[in-house]
Amino acid sequence: MAEEKVTVSTLATDGTQEVVLMKGNEAIAHAAIRCGCDGYFGYPITPQSEVIETLAELKPWETTGMQVVQAESELASIYMVYGAAGAGKRAMTSSSSPGVALMQEGITYMAGAEVPGVFVNVQRGGPGLGTIQPSQGDYFQATRGGGNGDYKVIVLAPSSVQEMADFVDLAFELAFKYRNPAMILSDGVIGQMMEKVVLPPFKPRRTDEEVIKQCPWASTGKPKGGRERVVITSLELKPEIMEQRNIALQEKYAKIQENEVRFEEQQMDDAEYAIVAFGSAARIAEKSVEIAREQGIKVGLFRPITLFPFPTKQITELSKKVKGILVAEINAGQMVQDVRLAVNGVVPVEQFGRLGGIVPDPEEIVNALKEILKR
Amino acid sequence: MKGAIEVNTERCKGCSLCIIACPQKVIALANKVNLHGYPYVEAVKEEACIGCASCGIVCPDGCITVYRKRVEE
Amino acid sequence: MDRNQIVQPENIVCKKPTLMNDNNMHYCPGCSHGVVHKLIAEVIEEMGMEDKAVGVSPVGCAVFAYNYIDIDWQEAAHGRAPALATGIKRCWPDRLVFTYQGDGDLACIGTCETIHALNRGENIVIIFVNNAIYGMTGGQMAPTTLIGQKTSTCPYGRDPQIHGYPLKMADIAAQLEGTCYVTRQSVESVASILKAKKALRKAFEASMAGKGSSLVEFVSTCNSGWKLTPAKANEWMKENMFPFYPKGDLKDTTNK
Repeated sequence: MAEEKVTVSTLATDGTQEVVLMKGNEAIAHAAIRCGCDGYFGYPITPQSEVIETLAELKPWETTGMQVVQAESELASIYMVYGAAGAGKRAMTSSSSPGVALMQEGITYMAGAEVPGVFVNVQRGGPGLGTIQPSQGDYFQATRGGGNGDYKVIVLAPSSVQEMADFVDLAFELAFKYRNPAMILSDGVIGQMMEKVVLPPFKPRRTDEEVIKQCPWASTGKPKGGRERVVITSLELKPEIMEQRNIALQEKYAKIQENEVRFEEQQMDDAEYAIVAFGSAARIAEKSVEIAREQGIKVGLFRPITLFPFPTKQITELSKKVKGILVAEINAGQMVQDVRLAVNGVVPVEQFGRLGGIVPDPEEIVNALKEILKR
Repeated sequence: MKGAIEVNTERCKGCSLCIIACPQKVIALANKVNLHGYPYVEAVKEEACIGCASCGIVCPDGCITVYRKRVEE
Repeated sequence: MDRNQIVQPENIVCKKPTLMNDNNMHYCPGCSHGVVHKLIAEVIEEMGMEDKAVGVSPVGCAVFAYNYIDIDWQEAAHGRAPALATGIKRCWPDRLVFTYQGDGDLACIGTCETIHALNRGENIVIIFVNNAIYGMTGGQMAPTTLIGQKTSTCPYGRDPQIHGYPLKMADIAAQLEGTCYVTRQSVESVASILKAKKALRKAFEASMAGKGSSLVEFVSTCNSGWKLTPAKANEWMKENMFPFYPKGDLKDTTNK
């Protein structure tokens, strides 16, 4: 098995860029080491086990000191991340849909305690144990929150192996900037496909002193004669105080909404119709746009990159310029709800998706688009 | 050895474990309650106290400060 | 001798540990938690590790442990404290990292995390306050509730046919390769408290010396849940708990 894999065995430490061919999952592992991650705590699950396998092969604990632990379950993984991140360290985990379902409690705890943990969901078909084939069926889980209470997780949706590599550091930056859990919502297509990727340059892990300085809120050990003790907790029994904490969280999410929206537009300038898609569906839709344009349909692609914060304003603006929108997503209709909220009835919004782990062809999306045009 | 105790009466919950631990029957429940509504303990026979600190050691709330001084004859 | 001659700072032989702050603890009168908290505070202070200690509190009566001992803390979800401790200790290897858990937290919902953290030999100390009942939620049956013991969810007494058997976590822990020190202690008498403190210190030192994981079980009382006075609860514990959960060191490889 090891012989069949393409492994990158040399890590350049002089900051020069390397262009290599690798899977999305492998890119996550390499990027984690390179962005100064302190600890990865994970559990095998298809289709993302390459993340921990690659880390295990690369042995970063011998080079950068990054810890890699195979936990006993996804439940344990997310709480190991919680512990390390609550102590100010860059800690992450990765899993796939059923495993991320297990992690929901840990995620809401991180949101409530304002712990900057990072996690990756390489989505597969569901519900339940589902299938190992790809899907985008966890959009609701990611953006509506599968855990309890009013909270949001920052959600980045890569649609290429390059973005898998780039988003690891970005996820940590955003997580620590806002003291909020952040996730990379990928899927089995992006995780398993191989593409050229420019690996990010090496960033050394922060020293303990740097962590203590940058994260005075973290449980790093109460200095003698120094600050008050730190308690990382999401518990508050007094309702007046708890309401204030919740209001503060909502204000934080509003700030994130205002400042961190990311999206991409392709051929939208003269577009009469728009396809809105994220992740691997967006890659497929790129081809659909090409095919449709060849057939004389003026369609463009709008790709949300952040799913929270959702590019609501941008889609509202877009809806004023087009005659119809097709949301192409590999699920039964999840992001389409956010698009409809943004469009607010101005133009028709339809959804096309496949289920059960089936990945649509570009032609299928074009055909779905033509159904809208008939109206 | 002669001993003496100081009880933090607002911290005491009247669990009485110190009363049982004391070998000298120094401590008893006072006939009063603190701000939290708990009856608290007090030294009623302090002249018998030898400062063994059994009371302070078993106290679950750390209410008792125990003093001990060697008696020079 | 005048009382004022005795009550002088240089004559103090026992006081509330400095590392315990002035917050009144919410535990019931006579609860073992208070004594165990005191021991933890004393040992950390005596080891000079106040600035290096990070505790992980449970869900259960001790959920507010972080309000009483003046070190940094993290609040864990129910049962997950050993996982948090793993994350903290792996990334901060020079910190003194311990969990503080009750019987529901450690031996029920958290059994998996307990066994695996211990078995991986994480250099942490797991402190286990075992009073055979769920105190915080009102006195329900715990995985360590004794056969015949009455609780709100086994009001006629624990019956193996319906409720299964009590779990001896320390015995399980002693079998695991990763543990270096597994012990059962109690805190109802001066003698047992002094022994317990030594055991706790040994465990903390072993974790700092990288010897592996430790489980320090404190066989304890819950006078509210058991519906007994604190004094009677101690008696009941001695008569019923000690025979089933015998005290002493089940494993000690700290000298190796």
